[in-house]
Amino acid sequence: MKPTTLKKRSQLFQQLRAFFYARSVIEVDTPMLSIAGVPDPHLQALTTQVEVLGQRDSLRYYLHTSPEYPMKRLLCQGSGDIFYLGKVFRQDMISPRHQVEFVMLEWYRLGFSMFELMAEVALLIQQAFSAGTNTDKKLHVEQLSYQQVFEKYAGIEDILSATAEQCRACLARHNIAEVVGVDMEDKALWEQLVLTEVIEPKLGTVGGELSITFVCHYPASQAALAKISSDNPDVAERFEVFVNGMELANGYHELEEAEHYRARFDASLQERKELGYPSVPIDENLLSTLAQQPLPNCSGVALGVDRLFALQQGFDNIRQGIAFGLQES
Amino acid sequence: MATYSTNEFKNGLKFLMDGQPCSIVETTSVSPGKGQAFNRVRYRNLMTGRVLEKTFKSGEKVEAADVVDTDLQYLYADGDFWHFMDTETFDQYQAMEAAVADVTKWLIEQDMCTVTLFNGQPISVTPPKQITLEITDTDPGLKGDTAGTGGKPATLSTGAVVQVPLFVQIGEKVIVNTEKGEYISRAK
Repeated sequence: MKPTTLKKRSQLFQQLRAFFYARSVIEVDTPMLSIAGVPDPHLQALTTQVEVLGQRDSLRYYLHTSPEYPMKRLLCQGSGDIFYLGKVFRQDMISPRHQVEFVMLEWYRLGFSMFELMAEVALLIQQAFSAGTNTDKKLHVEQLSYQQVFEKYAGIEDILSATAEQCRACLARHNIAEVVGVDMEDKALWEQLVLTEVIEPKLGTVGGELSITFVCHYPASQAALAKISSDNPDVAERFEVFVNGMELANGYHELEEAEHYRARFDASLQERKELGYPSVPIDENLLSTLAQQPLPNCSGVALGVDRLFALQQGFDNIRQGIAFGLQES
Repeated sequence: MATYSTNEFKNGLKFLMDGQPCSIVETTSVSPGKGQAFNRVRYRNLMTGRVLEKTFKSGEKVEAADVVDTDLQYLYADGDFWHFMDTETFDQYQAMEAAVADVTKWLIEQDMCTVTLFNGQPISVTPPKQITLEITDTDPGLKGDTAGTGGKPATLSTGAVVQVPLFVQIGEKVIVNTEKGEYISRAK
């Protein structure tokens, strides 16, 4: 890695930390190892064996895929606004946008609505972008709902009620390469393909200029750990952020009650079972903390720092901004 | 039959698609992070040379193709087939026109070529990168031009036509690059 790139990466880290110190958001370094895994079927954690006093056999620990659960425990215990800037691990194929270990910036803001947090995310990205490119030019900010992006970029008027066939027809209309291995009637997967193949490449540019595009109000079925919208039970208070066709961040207006968390975890474990994926132990520490003291009203977001750095430096592979990738480590 | 799962996909992997042998040109993982993972694969159909694209759901399998590259000696063409031989086992292989169509103009008897076999049948032939051929026809060119500033077409003994410098004459032997179809130098 060029010394100039190394220096710019360091400056970005410094700038991100300064952003939060200026707002009295404190940095926390939560554990990377947990006896619990993450139930989301599409997140695969790395595991390692740890020898523990009093145990004959070593125990399997999961490396965190995000610091979400321990951060939420801190929030329940009254930490106030907090951020984490550090490595997380996700078992997935290496690609221009993914490394198995990568830097995540995750933060939680008490009392923030989803929209208030979105405004803060936009500001942080704008500042990082102008510092990296040495311009005063601000990235334009755009906000669309999940349903609107399907209408605008895929020509599907109401994705919530659309059929698998409508999604397949949309892929054909956009000359998307043939897809192998997806059941004809699996609407959720065809919908995902429309999103990733047709829509996402167009997000984060407006009129040929880079923009920060927020997609919010994901369907309730994709709520993850976001609250269901109080004025529309079909959608969740979840958003994602795209710049130049690349997802940069994913945020929620956070669920508060232990029972809601348990229900979402159980649903994920059930989905794992149906997909034939291995089950994982759920985080009972988080659930018992939430049972004692629910999460305060807050919104939280996780942002891929390697992607942000690549964007800032104009790299087309996040590997270009990392000292050593997995294959060189 | 051996199979490959999507997590084994890599450049150069040979597999069967609709019964035809294909080779992966590029594979990218499409992982939105919150959904099912897919692999976007660009691959070359080794029979037609066409590059195609498909998106595989992660975990899908393809059948392995029995495709091997082997060094064979070019023997002769009989009008219907082009004949090659393994110089160690003396096994002979017949290639159909489709397999050699792009390279017949670079085939010289006795030359060693890389022949791609699919189920034991030649499907493509790569001649040596550089070969020496005699010029059978070209314009006499300008006297005194030795700098090679200009160029002229020259027909070679195999029928191939390449651009050569003006000073190169009929009967001379020249070295050509078979990949680019370009003149390199006069042969000594």
